[in-house]
Amino acid sequence: MRGGLRAAAARLRRGDGVAHAVAFAFGGAVVGLAGLLAWELWRNSALARTQFGLGFLVSQTWDPAAGQFGAAAFVYGTLMTSAIALLIAVPTGIGVAIFLAELAPRRLSSTAGMLLELLAAIPSVIYGLVGIAVLVPVMRQWVQPGLKTLTGGFPLFSGPAYGIGLLTAGVVLAVMIVPFIVSVGREVLLSVPRDQREAALALGSTRWESTWKVVLPYARPGLYGAVFLALGRALGETMAVTMVIGNRPEIAASLFAPAYSMAAVIANEFSEASEELYLHALIEVALVLFLLTMVINAVARGLIAATEGASRSR
Amino acid sequence: MTLLSRNRRRRIVNVVMLGMTAVFTAASVSVLFFVLGYLLLKGGRSLDLAFFTELPRPAGETGGGMANALVGSAKMLGIAAATGLPVGFLAGLYLSEFAGRRAAAVVRYAADLLNGMPSIVIGIFVYTLVVLPMKQFSTLAGGLALGIIMIPIMTRSTEEFLRAVPLPLREASLALGASRTITIIRVVVPAAARGIVTAAMLGLARVAGETAPLLFTSLSNAFWSAGVLNPTASLPVMIYNYAVSPYDDWHRQAWAAGLVLLTLVLVANVAARQLLGARRHA
Repeated sequence: MRGGLRAAAARLRRGDGVAHAVAFAFGGAVVGLAGLLAWELWRNSALARTQFGLGFLVSQTWDPAAGQFGAAAFVYGTLMTSAIALLIAVPTGIGVAIFLAELAPRRLSSTAGMLLELLAAIPSVIYGLVGIAVLVPVMRQWVQPGLKTLTGGFPLFSGPAYGIGLLTAGVVLAVMIVPFIVSVGREVLLSVPRDQREAALALGSTRWESTWKVVLPYARPGLYGAVFLALGRALGETMAVTMVIGNRPEIAASLFAPAYSMAAVIANEFSEASEELYLHALIEVALVLFLLTMVINAVARGLIAATEGASRSR
Repeated sequence: MTLLSRNRRRRIVNVVMLGMTAVFTAASVSVLFFVLGYLLLKGGRSLDLAFFTELPRPAGETGGGMANALVGSAKMLGIAAATGLPVGFLAGLYLSEFAGRRAAAVVRYAADLLNGMPSIVIGIFVYTLVVLPMKQFSTLAGGLALGIIMIPIMTRSTEEFLRAVPLPLREASLALGASRTITIIRVVVPAAARGIVTAAMLGLARVAGETAPLLFTSLSNAFWSAGVLNPTASLPVMIYNYAVSPYDDWHRQAWAAGLVLLTLVLVANVAARQLLGARRHA
């Protein structure tokens, strides 16, 4: 740190110092902004943190009128919807990434890749809009009754079919995160050295065997990275989830039941939170979301860098 | 015989699995066309001139438009561009041209942290930072929230494009006696300009559709919003409010607004990619 300062001072004396100082200030501003964000969330959730402690994450009672706040139902909703989304989006996304990286001709691969990037560019609120109009009725009339008969009263798939609820939110999230898995997954697969594939093919394996037994294991950390990156998106996704999850702060056994997520409760209640404790409780929910996505994204970046770095250093 | 049947099984697995990856691809891409088609259908039917020229009508009445939301969105995007673009660009410039290894790691970490943050968390940040002290929801607060979301996007892509400028280009300029600053301004940045402009467009397109951070920074407004210190309507928030409302005519207008927003976002995306040319998404 000291050396860095002295080097900076030395550069300041030369003519380029000003440019360096300006750029340094803005680089520092980005760091400051991230620090300030963490600090503001910490500071403005103090009331709720001291009053409820760790019980905040365990208690299910969310009663603004009584001044009782526990976020367990929101944490549950966020984790469950994200889990459902991953269950659907991971096989799909990796399948698409395999197709684009291993099978499709170059032209097709880049066109499909671009279309999927456009899919990722569709605003969340539009997914919510289409979700309400199309997915909710489909879930209510076809998917949920179908799952019910298929599983014969299994608790996860029981109860009235409202259309809205955990499962529907998970499906919308799945659609939204597939492009992320594809775009990172494709890069990771493309970074697997060609000779790995050729060696497998030369030994007589089929195209699928070379992909499944050689390319995928080689790319595994990076693919996990892609999944974690998508998970980070899913955890914080707000509008589309808010519009189809049903917004009921309860933990129910059924995936058909209306639920609530951390981001959704902030979106719905923040501007009505009149009491300071209420406000601090909502900001603590945001703090939990902050910590969760920070960890998940750090893991994702580590994994992706590990795979791509390993192939590059060969 | 067994060997033959085993090989046949392997071939079948090969075809089935590879076929499935193709089916998944087709299904994923068709979601794009479905969403697009559905919005064209529902939105196209609902869009009228009033949408662009009139103010919203009170709940329950039919007609009216979202002229104030269009202007509100434009104003906030302007503020976002004025704050997010320069900060992000200069931070990216620092990463690529000046920072030492360790300083770069710190700045990069902070940018990635911000980049991964749910936009609603950024909304709360701006609420505590701007709305609370000013005791006022405002266009300014909404614009700043969008600007903050743009910063890390801009930082990382500026860095990427500046780094891609070949070293010999810089060396040639330095060898001719130009200072480092002159080299950066006259040689490096122009060489990367196309990529940086693309990144700026993609960043703006991304925040144009952001709803969550505006819910409690710019709030909304049924009327025109004067200056930048009053609450303002915006296209994404209007879509949300109208979509979850119980009124049929508001639903109709939500589709119209959805079509307008989606068109803007996708056109900006396609244009940005065209600008960059085919060489990157190969």
